[in-house]
Amino acid sequence: MGRGRARQDLHLRAEQVRVSRLTRLLESEKALAAALLAPGVAILVIFIAYPFVMALWYSLTSIRVGDPGHFVGLDNFTKALNDLIFQQAFKNTVFYTFWATIFKLALGMWLALLLNRSFRFKRIVRASMLLPFIIPTVLSAFAWRWMFDPTFSVMNWALYHGGIITDRLPFLSSGDWAMWCAVLVNTWRGMPFFAITLLAGLQTISPDLHEAAALDGANAWHRFWNVTWPLLLPVTLVVVVFSVIQTFSDFQLIYVLTGGGPANSTHLIATYAYQIGVGSGLLGEGAALSLFMFPVLFAVVWVQLRYLKRMENG
Amino acid sequence: MAIVTIRDLNKKYENGFHAVKDVNLEIRDKEFMVLVGPSGCGKTTTLRMVAGLEEITSGEIRIGERVVNDLPPMDRDIAMVFQNYALYPHKTVFDNMAFGLQMRKYPKDEVLKRVRDAADILGIEALLERKPRQLSGGQRQRVAVGRAIVRHPQVFLFDEPLSNLDAKLRVQMRVELKRLHERLETTAIYVTHDQVEAMTLGTRVVVMKDGYVQQVGEPLVLYGQPANKFVAGFIGSPAMNFVDVSISGDGRHAETEGLRLNVPDRIRAHGGKRLTLGVRPEALRIANGSDEHGFATKVDVVEPLGNEILLNFRAGGAPMVARVDPGVRLKAHESVRFAVDPERLHFFDATSEAAL
Repeated sequence: MGRGRARQDLHLRAEQVRVSRLTRLLESEKALAAALLAPGVAILVIFIAYPFVMALWYSLTSIRVGDPGHFVGLDNFTKALNDLIFQQAFKNTVFYTFWATIFKLALGMWLALLLNRSFRFKRIVRASMLLPFIIPTVLSAFAWRWMFDPTFSVMNWALYHGGIITDRLPFLSSGDWAMWCAVLVNTWRGMPFFAITLLAGLQTISPDLHEAAALDGANAWHRFWNVTWPLLLPVTLVVVVFSVIQTFSDFQLIYVLTGGGPANSTHLIATYAYQIGVGSGLLGEGAALSLFMFPVLFAVVWVQLRYLKRMENG
Repeated sequence: MAIVTIRDLNKKYENGFHAVKDVNLEIRDKEFMVLVGPSGCGKTTTLRMVAGLEEITSGEIRIGERVVNDLPPMDRDIAMVFQNYALYPHKTVFDNMAFGLQMRKYPKDEVLKRVRDAADILGIEALLERKPRQLSGGQRQRVAVGRAIVRHPQVFLFDEPLSNLDAKLRVQMRVELKRLHERLETTAIYVTHDQVEAMTLGTRVVVMKDGYVQQVGEPLVLYGQPANKFVAGFIGSPAMNFVDVSISGDGRHAETEGLRLNVPDRIRAHGGKRLTLGVRPEALRIANGSDEHGFATKVDVVEPLGNEILLNFRAGGAPMVARVDPGVRLKAHESVRFAVDPERLHFFDATSEAAL
């Protein structure tokens, strides 16, 4: 019994020594920093860096499902550049990103300015603004697909019975219409993010500045251009960068809404890369296609961040 | 140059808070009128109603001959200096000052001339190309004033413009503002919670409390003949000492436990009443034993300030401060006799607090 207790004591002491050693180790700033960084770095390496490097490697090989393939140099890339559907998808992606971002910015700004006023139930309205953003894209895209459905479209039904149209509108069955519908859904989904972020930016602008401008003789429009817009520009640029990245690499919305059709008219780089890489099993070609997004996004981010930095210094 | 007339001005907010109550003021041409009072007294709200930044619930404001109640701020021909300066952070000093003129479509060379003139007056010519964040507090303050004066408005409005500056700079800017006002000869309304600023800057001073005007007058009138206990206590530093007393039946003495003072003749009629007695710290002097107006007490705390000494003590159950000559050598807990001339005593009605 006595011996057992002695052994227990010994264990306890050993434990204490170990604990204090660990404590001492963590008290060193370098060790602590490494310990705190490790999980984040691990996640980045496993889920971002490793797939990215693998994609780089795959894009240089002829790998397909069931066949490891061999090194083919830049063949996949030259093939992509000569691929008419890819050219179409690239143009679509630029079009989709450009217009969706413009609409999201304009409408988001308008909404933010409205929400920045004081009115009854302000908080509830502000919170409900975020709904489109928090509903999973796949679900909301399905809902939109039903609303655009050639046969069951509630919008066609309403317009027809309202006496506004006599023929059904080809929401998703005409190429041009389908692209604009995709832009609309993306705008609907992304606008709250713009609105809420810009609203947060608006709230940092001191009301004194607007009062000073009003005394200086500026009307609402002048106040917007001379006070609100310039002071909001840094926030605006950050939101736009985020939005461009997300929209340019969008996949879910198109995949659910149109699947890239009709006749590839709504294919984006991401959906086309998926179709080739996963759908057809041509992993190497798919990887090469998806990598075409990278230089474009990199350029956009670089230009905008540089502008941001210059503005902060100047 | 203009007279500002305020008639029966009221401000009630939607939540029911009645911030400004029946304010009547006439601010004379070229006058420097200071509104002073504790926070929440309605002084800033009054100023903002003159500026047009706050809607008027009832009453009338005239600038010159015009009723401006429903005019937007830009059409009132006024300029305002804000507490936190409200400089446009992304514009240079020049553009900050020029903005109001550009909005009013002044020709370019006129804008340039006016901004240069104002910068010259304020000594900020060298800063014109800088951005506000590259300026010190005092420089920002000057730019804010510059933005107001380039417009040559009829009235300047100042909303606690010095309260963000450190004590030393505040004294310096105070003098500069006074000099500037003498030079520009423009009507000015100035809001502050600092009674020293009010006294030093104001041609006349308006003391406000709980939305009401308590007294309007020249600084020394407010100091010497306060209308009520609030004004008496608010103006002057250290504040006036107050003690509740009973007037003897014959109306010759004010009495309370451990304190018996002769009172001036005008108080005779109040014999037998309970009143509040007020005495300024500098009205108390150290007495010799034979002084008939004296009373004995014990010094509590001594505050030697260099140019004067403040002696804290208790008399008649109330804490008091006396301001005495720096030559006086007294230590804490020493006994002392103070005396005061009856004519330098103030009396206030115990309930209405009005001066008697």
